[in-house]
Amino acid sequence: MNQFQRAFTQESLSEAWEIFLRDFPQGLWDTVYVTLLATLFAIILGLPLGMLLVAGDEHGIRPLPKVLMRVINVIINFLRSVPFLILIVMVIPITRLIVGTSVGTTASIVPLVIAAFPFVARLVESSLREVSPNIIETAQSMGATPMQILLRVMLPEAVPSLIDSFTLAITTILGYTAMSGAIGGGGIGKIAIMVGYNRYKYAVLYLAVIVLVVLVQIFQNVGSWLSRKCDKRLKH
Amino acid sequence: MIELKNLSKSFVTQDGPVDALRHVNLTIHDGDIYGIIGMSGAGKSTLVRCINMLERPTEGQVLMDGKNLGSLNKKEMQEMRHSVTMIFQGFNLLMQRTCLQNVMLPLRLSHVPKKEAEERARELLGMVELPDKANSYPAQLSGGQQQRVAIARALSTNPKVLLCDEATSALDPKTTHQILELIREINKRMGITVTVITHQMSVVQEICNRVAILENGTVVEEGDVSDVFSNPRAAATRSLVYPEMNEGSLLMSPAAQQIRLIFNGAPAARTPLIAQMAIDIQVAASILSASTRTIQDKAYGYMTLEIPGGPDELARAVKYLSAVPSVAVQVDVEYPAKEEEK
Repeated sequence: MNQFQRAFTQESLSEAWEIFLRDFPQGLWDTVYVTLLATLFAIILGLPLGMLLVAGDEHGIRPLPKVLMRVINVIINFLRSVPFLILIVMVIPITRLIVGTSVGTTASIVPLVIAAFPFVARLVESSLREVSPNIIETAQSMGATPMQILLRVMLPEAVPSLIDSFTLAITTILGYTAMSGAIGGGGIGKIAIMVGYNRYKYAVLYLAVIVLVVLVQIFQNVGSWLSRKCDKRLKH
Repeated sequence: MIELKNLSKSFVTQDGPVDALRHVNLTIHDGDIYGIIGMSGAGKSTLVRCINMLERPTEGQVLMDGKNLGSLNKKEMQEMRHSVTMIFQGFNLLMQRTCLQNVMLPLRLSHVPKKEAEERARELLGMVELPDKANSYPAQLSGGQQQRVAIARALSTNPKVLLCDEATSALDPKTTHQILELIREINKRMGITVTVITHQMSVVQEICNRVAILENGTVVEEGDVSDVFSNPRAAATRSLVYPEMNEGSLLMSPAAQQIRLIFNGAPAARTPLIAQMAIDIQVAASILSASTRTIQDKAYGYMTLEIPGGPDELARAVKYLSAVPSVAVQVDVEYPAKEEEK
């Protein structure tokens, strides 16, 4: 009997359903809680960093020393290239410092944020770069300061694109939460691995995947809807 | 008064430095509607951006009422940009903000209280005849309406100078006309000096009183619009004023006697002058080429005639035509197209 056949016997399905009813409410809560908090913190760090990347660029509205920009870029690229599972282990001291422990659901937020904020910064960067240079020049012609251009012109103009970026971030972070099960972080991903894979209850594994897919769909649809709703270019 | 003194600007590109402007000298007086015209790539946009220091001149000065704009500190620069405002070809409104918010923006940037800014913005939207669009978004407006909002925005800080960078180039002829009317009215009613950058002669013709022709970063001709139109001296000016002139050269036969008539504000273009001449003195001239324009109800332009017969007929024709008011006659026409070949 292969994996699929074992997963879909009458017996294993009813067992999976039992586990689903017992463990999934908590798992779902953990996943949503970790995802939302991690995204929030990633945005809090990533948004200003993305703004800095755009403004401080050589051709930006407030060019910063090239050396500084290069250092920032190297750090971002470094954080983005470390595989998440390894990053979790690497940042254990930081996690312990912030949360007090390096295991558990809340502790898993720290590596998630560290992995996600450089990603968010890049997304913010590309969203802000979409703002037409003509609009920026217009703001300059009004005597706007670089800070005013960022806050009053570029950010408001980029809102729909930023919402799309944050939606992408949230779905990516949701994917990462599954891996944080490795250090005791809770959630749907953990149930899939611990129960579904390690204990050969494949039906549970597939159920977990279905729940994750539905979650991603919900986040994506809400994000896309919000982005469209905010975009005044589409008003006619 | 704006004075550009020996203004040069060069850009460093991958293919080496490019001189966008070379030793430009211009004076724009208060109350002028000053046209700066040239083909694309002539340096018009760079020139207008030097006036409000969006581009720093490489050399030379921009003086506004005697004050060198190149030496302003940050705060003075902001104040200067409230009194020298700009409208653009692409309107450049914030697309995620309502028209009202767009017009309020310059005021909000200079920390005018919200209520006061809103009041002023509504007043200006009324002035550009869009009071009911305050809460609409730019995407809901036509191009002409968007440009009106942009004009209201440019006027919000009570500027002394309005710079128009190809402001009507994206609009259809009828809308262009309406926007130009609005600019003219702003100039007259509010006494705002206007600088118009354009590649369309018709725009200059419609609203400007002074014009400078820019070619390859240099001013090749400058003066009152009527002077420049009636007697364009530089080749670049001629090709802008009379783009159809080159075609005329095909009609020329080398042996023919030619004269050129210059209409300098004459009502003459409306009367059948050439036919009348044939009746009065029996000289049947043929028109080789002609281009006339009506500016403020007067005719400006030129007409090249071929006079049949010998020197006698030529002399009679010159005498007859010279007697017509506001028409100048040139004999031994050197055809302007030839000059371009030099």
